[in-house]
Amino acid sequence: MELIINGEKIRIPEDESTVAELLQHFNLHHKVVIVELNDEILAKENQSETRLSNGDKVEIVHFVGGG
Amino acid sequence: MLKIGSYEFSSRLLLGTGKYPNFDVQKQSVEVSETEILTFAVRRMNIFEATQPNFLEKLDLKKYTLLPNTAGAKTAKEAVRIAQLAKASGLCDMIKVEVIGCQKTLLPDPIETLKAAEELVKLGFIVLPYTSDDVLLAKRLEEVGCHAIMPGASPIGSGQGIINPLNLRFIMEQSDVPVIVDAGIGTPSDAAIAMELGADGVLLNTAVSGAKDPIKMAKAMKLAIEAGRLGYEAGRIEKNEYAIASSPVEGMSIG
Repeated sequence: MELIINGEKIRIPEDESTVAELLQHFNLHHKVVIVELNDEILAKENQSETRLSNGDKVEIVHFVGGG
Repeated sequence: MLKIGSYEFSSRLLLGTGKYPNFDVQKQSVEVSETEILTFAVRRMNIFEATQPNFLEKLDLKKYTLLPNTAGAKTAKEAVRIAQLAKASGLCDMIKVEVIGCQKTLLPDPIETLKAAEELVKLGFIVLPYTSDDVLLAKRLEEVGCHAIMPGASPIGSGQGIINPLNLRFIMEQSDVPVIVDAGIGTPSDAAIAMELGADGVLLNTAVSGAKDPIKMAKAMKLAIEAGRLGYEAGRIEKNEYAIASSPVEGMSIG
């Protein structure tokens, strides 16, 4: 399916059907990341049960150096 | 002790995490600074570079309180969203409200800052707004429930030091919440002056990360902030136009 991740169209395998699986796919599951799905912030504990559908807008953010 | 909301800190130095030459220097700078509060920004991740190291992963998070900022926000709405993203990490509930209104001076937009701060207080955040040194705005920010006020000494990253000590002093005198001088600090003496004026803390980043030797500067800032605070608590002497002798004028064995 095709998702819009951080503003870019990205195709991912159909079997990556939840947010947790998506993070695993990109090897981000051990990182401190925050996910927003279709403009709604997703709590960490809901990542494994939240299903993705074609065209979903996903934001994946993290902490970077800043003042 | 520096008390901000439900938190208590023994260090009065808040350190930014931007623009260090490398993680090693940064880690050592953080350690010698003895800071307990580190600021961060929230940004999109490059998902194709999962192996890219992140400074946060190098820290013992039990030792530090994270203070994410809302840098990048131009409106209250954007700031609130960034704050909520930061909080969803489960690592922090403090937020530095930073709503920039002018890209050249990086001065904060006062109206949007106030709106964002008010909203974030209602949402249960510990709110520390970065603001200009406007005295009345500082009061308004306190009135909407901010847990600390963070007026700038001079523009972000400018290293110009304290441009308007009078306004900072007015803000410190009127505030019932901590006042942290944020932005513009260039040298240890700038930080010491902020503390001597009565600041409860100093937030700085570039002054350390951009120094020729950031680790040494981190130590210098720590000492300057401690010295300034002690000086403030000790209470300075009155200024006099003419000299006043330190040695006794009586009992001289001359004449």
